[in-house]
Amino acid sequence: MLTFGTGNKAVAMAARDAKPVVVAAYPITPQTEIVEEIANFVTDGTLAARYIPVESEHSSMAACIGAAATGVRTFTATSSHGLVYMCEMLHMSAGARLPIVMANANRALGPGWNIGAEHSDSMSMRDTGWLQVYVSTVQEAYDATMMAFRIAEHTDVLLPVMINLDGFLLTHITQTFETVEPDDFIPPTATPHAIDIKNPGGYGTLTPGNVHFKFRYDIERGMRASIPVIEETEAEFARRFGREYHLYEEYRCEDAEVVIIAMGTLGKEMEVAVDILRDEGVAAGAVRMRWFRPFIVPDLDGKDVVVIDREYSFGYGGILAGELQAKSGCRPFSVIAGLGGQEVTYDDIAEFVRIRRPGTEHWFGVDD
Amino acid sequence: MAIPDEEFLLKTTSACAGCPSSLILRYVTKAAGADTVLVIPACCTSVIQGVYPTTAMNIPVYNVAFASAAAVASGMSEAFRAEGRKTNVICYAGDGGTIDIGIQALSGALERGTDFLYICYDNEAYSNTGMQRSGATPLGAMTTTTPGGKKDHKKDLDAIVAAHNPVYQATACAAYPQDLYNKVEKALSIPGPKFMHILAPCPPGWRFPSEKTIEMGKLAVKTGLWVLYEREGGKLTITGASKAAMKKRIPVEDYLSVQGRFRKITAEETAEVQKTVEDMIARLQREADGIC
Ligand SMILES: Cc1ncc(C[n+]2csc(CCOP(=O)(O)OP(=O)(O)O)c2C)c(N)n1
Ligand code: SF4
Ligand SMILES: [Mg+2]
Repeated sequence: MLTFGTGNKAVAMAARDAKPVVVAAYPITPQTEIVEEIANFVTDGTLAARYIPVESEHSSMAACIGAAATGVRTFTATSSHGLVYMCEMLHMSAGARLPIVMANANRALGPGWNIGAEHSDSMSMRDTGWLQVYVSTVQEAYDATMMAFRIAEHTDVLLPVMINLDGFLLTHITQTFETVEPDDFIPPTATPHAIDIKNPGGYGTLTPGNVHFKFRYDIERGMRASIPVIEETEAEFARRFGREYHLYEEYRCEDAEVVIIAMGTLGKEMEVAVDILRDEGVAAGAVRMRWFRPFIVPDLDGKDVVVIDREYSFGYGGILAGELQAKSGCRPFSVIAGLGGQEVTYDDIAEFVRIRRPGTEHWFGVDD
Repeated sequence: MAIPDEEFLLKTTSACAGCPSSLILRYVTKAAGADTVLVIPACCTSVIQGVYPTTAMNIPVYNVAFASAAAVASGMSEAFRAEGRKTNVICYAGDGGTIDIGIQALSGALERGTDFLYICYDNEAYSNTGMQRSGATPLGAMTTTTPGGKKDHKKDLDAIVAAHNPVYQATACAAYPQDLYNKVEKALSIPGPKFMHILAPCPPGWRFPSEKTIEMGKLAVKTGLWVLYEREGGKLTITGASKAAMKKRIPVEDYLSVQGRFRKITAEETAEVQKTVEDMIARLQREADGIC
C-alpha cells in the first residue's frame, strides 16, 4: 500500500507488519515517534502485541531478552544515550543468540546535549555481536526493518539486528513509501534454544575458559553465515516486492577512478556530488555501505578512495575509513563530517573529492 | 501444607557449607514446582548452580545481567502470558542485585504489574565478590569495604516495595522453611507482582561457624531484628515465630555478639540497633492492629 510518512513512522509500520509478540518501549529523541506509533497500533488493535513501557533502556533490552528467550518475536527502538545505556544488554542479547530487532535513530552523544545525526552511538556498539544496517530513505527504513526479522530469526544466524537511521535527517523527513503484506516472507519464529519447561537446565551458567571461546567463535560463525542469509533475503524481497537491495550500493562505479564511501543519508547525498563531478569530467563513483556488521568490503582496487565518517574513534581516526583501510588495503582520504547534525551538502562532498590527499585526514569545518 | 519430596535443586551445588541461599532456593523451587523459570542476576546463586555444561538445577534457569532481573522477568512473563502459558516466572536475586543496582528494574516491574514473584535473599552483603557492603548491610557490620564497621543503617527495602502496593508481599527466613514454603506457594497462587524478602544468614559473610545458619536465623527472629509477616490486600499479618517475638524479645546483643562481623560495633551503635528494633516492632504491630 502506498502511503507517506517519516522514517520513524515507516519503521513503526514495518514492525507492526512483522507482528512482534512483545515490544519494549522507552522514549528518546529522535526515536520517540517509533514507540508512540507502536503504542497507537497496540491500542487500536492493529498490532496484537504486549507493549511493555519499561523504566529505562537497560530494561527495554532486558525485557526483549526475557521475551525472546521464550521464543517469541520482539522489537524495540532507541537512540544515542539510550543505546549506550543498554550496552551491557546488547552484549547479553547477542551472546544469548536472541533474534531481537531494534531500530536506532543515530544521534550524537553528550556533552553538550545535541540531538543531531551522528553515528558515534551505534559505532561504539559495533563489537557487541549485533548486525548493523544503515539506511538512507524512508522506504529503505521500512524495507530494512521488515527484512531484519527474517535475517535475525534465520537459524543460521540467530543474532540481533540493529536498523540505523540518521536522526532527524531520516527519522523526521517525510517521503512516500510502500508497505507490504509479508505473509510467509517472515516465517514463524522458531528459536531452537527457546526455554522449554520439559527440558530443564541452565542458560548462561558459569562458563569456564576451556569452553567460553567456543561460544564466542559461534557468534562469529552466525555473523559470517548472515552474509548469504542477507543476500538471499534481499533477493527474495526483490522478487516478492520489487525493490532491490544489496550489501552495499554502488553508484556510477564501473569506470570510476575515485569513489566516495559513506553510510546513511550522506550515502544518498553523495550521489548528487558524483553527478556534479562527472559533469566536471572527474570519473567519480560512490559506494553506500549498508551493512556495517557483518562488514563486507567492496572492490576498491586501483581507485582513489574518499571516506566520510559521521563519527570518530579518538586516538585512532574515522572508524569506517579505518576498517576499509584495514580490510581492503586502500589509502583513504578520511573526512570527518556531519557530526551532531553538522550540515554537509553535495557541494561539500564534491569539494572533499577535489581536495583529496590519500592517506590523510580532514575534519570538515576545522581543517579549512 | 506438606513440603513435597521432589527436588529441583540437586545435590551437586558448589555452595559453601551451611549456605542459606541454596537452602532457601530448595524450598522456593519445591513450592513453585516444575512449571517454573528462574531468572537469576549475578550473585552467589550464579555460582551455586555449578559450571557449564553441568547444572544443579532441575528447572530452566535464565542467568542475566546484574541490574536486569526484574526487567527480564517482565519480558518473559508477558511473552508467556501472550502465548497463554501459566509458567511461574521467579526472580531469585541477592540483596545487592535488589536493593542497589537492580532497584530501578524492580520498581519498574512492580509498577507495571508484572505477573511474577521477585525473591530477594538477603545475606546483607555482596557475597559473590567477597563480602563488600551493600545497601542491606546493617549498622556496625564489618565488610571488606567497611573494615571499621558500617556507619549507615540498612536500607528499608520492604517500605520501598510496599510503596508499590504489590498484590502480595512477605518476609521469611532461611531458619523457618515451612513458613517460607507456605508464603511462596500462596504468592504464586495470586496473579500480579509479588515480592518476598528472605533473610539468609551467610556463614563466611557474617563470620559464624557453618553449622549455625539456622541458629543465626532463629536469633534474628527472636531478637525482633527480623520479623516474619505477610501483607495482602493492604492487610499485614505477623506469622510463625514472630508472633511470640512481637510480645517478648531477647536483647539484640545475643545476636550481634555471636557474629564476627559485629566485632567492632560500639555500645552506642548496639543501643541504636535495639532502638531500631523497638521502633520497627511498634510500627508493624500498629499496622497489624489496623492502626496506621
Ligand atoms: C554491572 C555489574 N557490576 C558488578 C558486577 C559484579 N558482581 C557480581 S555479583 C556481585 C554481588 C552480588 O551481591 P548480591 O546481589 O547481594 O548477591 P550475593 O552475591 O550476596 O548472593 C557483584 C558486585 C556485575 N556482575 N555486574
Ligand atoms: S557466600 Fe554465603 S550466600 Fe554465598 S554461597 Fe557462600 S554461604 Fe551461600
Ligand atoms: Mg548479598
